[in-house]
Amino acid sequence: MSVVNDNITLDMFQPAQISADESDRISAPSIGFWKDAWLRLRKNKAAVVGLFFIVLIVIMAIVAPMLSKYGIDDQDVVNRQNLYPRIPGLEWLGFDGKDSTGMDTYELNGVKQNFWFGTDELGRDIWVRVWAGTRISLIIALIASIGDCLIGVAYGGISAYYGGLVDNVMQRVIEILAGIPNLVLIILFILWLGGGMTSIILALIISGWIGMARIVRGQVLKLKNQEFVLASRTLGSSDQRIIWKHLIPNVLGQIIITLMFTIPGAIFFEAFLSFIGLGIPAPAASLGSLNQAGFENLQIYPYMALFPALILSILMISFNLLADGLRDAFDPRMRK
Amino acid sequence: MARYIAGRIGYLIITLFIIASFTFLLMQLLPGSPFNSEKLTADQIQILKHEYNLDDPIPIQFIHYIGGMLHGDFGVSFTYDGRPVSDLIVHRIGPSATIGFEAVVFGTIVGLLLGIIAALKRNTYIDYLAMFIAVLGISIPSFVFAGLLQYYIGVKLEWLPIAFWGGFKFHIMPAFSLAVGVIASIARFMRTEMLDVLGQDYIVTATAKGLSKASVIFKHSVRNAMIPIVTILGPMVVGIMTGSLVIEQIFAIPGIGDQFVNSITKRDYPMIMGTTLLFSILFLVVILIVDILYGVIDPRIRLGGGRKS
Repeated sequence: MSVVNDNITLDMFQPAQISADESDRISAPSIGFWKDAWLRLRKNKAAVVGLFFIVLIVIMAIVAPMLSKYGIDDQDVVNRQNLYPRIPGLEWLGFDGKDSTGMDTYELNGVKQNFWFGTDELGRDIWVRVWAGTRISLIIALIASIGDCLIGVAYGGISAYYGGLVDNVMQRVIEILAGIPNLVLIILFILWLGGGMTSIILALIISGWIGMARIVRGQVLKLKNQEFVLASRTLGSSDQRIIWKHLIPNVLGQIIITLMFTIPGAIFFEAFLSFIGLGIPAPAASLGSLNQAGFENLQIYPYMALFPALILSILMISFNLLADGLRDAFDPRMRK
Repeated sequence: MARYIAGRIGYLIITLFIIASFTFLLMQLLPGSPFNSEKLTADQIQILKHEYNLDDPIPIQFIHYIGGMLHGDFGVSFTYDGRPVSDLIVHRIGPSATIGFEAVVFGTIVGLLLGIIAALKRNTYIDYLAMFIAVLGISIPSFVFAGLLQYYIGVKLEWLPIAFWGGFKFHIMPAFSLAVGVIASIARFMRTEMLDVLGQDYIVTATAKGLSKASVIFKHSVRNAMIPIVTILGPMVVGIMTGSLVIEQIFAIPGIGDQFVNSITKRDYPMIMGTTLLFSILFLVVILIVDILYGVIDPRIRLGGGRKS
């Protein structure tokens, strides 16, 4: 028993237009590698917060010392020694310029204006010193990380791409160098070259590029035998072209992730060096030397340690959050 | 395995030799001498130099230096009136080792617990909280923690002694400051490993054959997840060594780190070089032990491409 529907006749149907091009067409707009990574990064709240704080701190580090009327070494031991922080509107948080006994340090010295982060034992404005110090710490970290990156990518890339004896020799060298603890290498290097920004940067680069070289080597080894490299070589590309046009762009995600983890490492090491007396020489300040000065006065003037430690911590947390987010965004295994 | 170990020890010796050469070279380049006293006449200095073989040609001095190191002789301190460096270091190993050990033990236990809980409760608020604590622990330098503890618990609340060295009460704050980094890195690592293990087929099998939840978690998951933790032991020791330099300074602990920082401030080069070599040896030996241990406890890993037995 079958129901025949007389209302539908054969001439109501039309053959669909099928063309070979049509089935291959991608209907959604294509999303490139970078856009894809950015879209995934944007969904990661922690990474976005990290990025926001990094941008904020970088802007403050650039702008704040320029806008202030005090220089980083403007001393006034007579009138404004060890003023406590006073921030108008935030008095209820304890930033009211009063010391632990409740004495108003501003009234005592007859100071009218506000020092948001207070002043140190030489009467220097801590607000300016903190942001100028942040600037120096950031510059050191950035140059050192870029240096690590350049050497590491070149070394790792060459080692993996040429392989064979070259790779063997280069890897033995790395194995020996990796045996020397960073701490030891950096300290010896700075003792030899003397303190200061250049020698800190050099010491950080010399001890830091190995990690990058190993990661790049691993990635290039994985990529160099894939079909698209073979195809490019068959078409007559030079080694230069294969490295720069095919391998490096594919490793770039990994390089950026490693770079983002190197930066907080460099910031930490700079702070650490200041702590053990090998940092930026006075009167210049870095986050490390300010922290160190703060800790020396911790029991008497606790506010001096507060702001450098706070900014250093926020900066380190933000970089780590962003780096974690970037790793998830670039890692194809996280693709759902 | 024996071949692998022999090869690794070979590398260790080459690395140490390079570090030693570097420190020796640095000593030649840097100014200063143990016999700078103005009371000494030129003749007396000459006699002293002869006494310590400092008038030999540099290559001979280098051989003496390496030879002395093999006997545990790292030269004479500049600041402590001719006391041997090895003597000064030996007296200070105790406090450093104690605090380092306490930090590793405490940090590992807390880190493992945090990681296991985060993995079992993954994607809940407990997990997020644990991982946020871990990010804080990795990011915030140990000296900031030390400062916070010292100020709030030591100065304000007066629960624990602010600094110096004595009974167990004096260990708590420094050891905890050092342990924070250990807790954080172990917790993150353990969470990843636990999630990996929990997805394995043998966990499904264990659950399917009716084992209790505790048995599945502790006997089958945790034990397997703990194996790779051994690999971060190396970086951890480095972290503790680095941390000890500042922590011992902040809490005025008479350890090697404190001594090292003082010798840097005073530019006491023989002391710096001695401590440097000690740190390097410690680091290299730990890395070697970790690599060998890893092959021993996880039979799936065979190092050095040896034959499969």
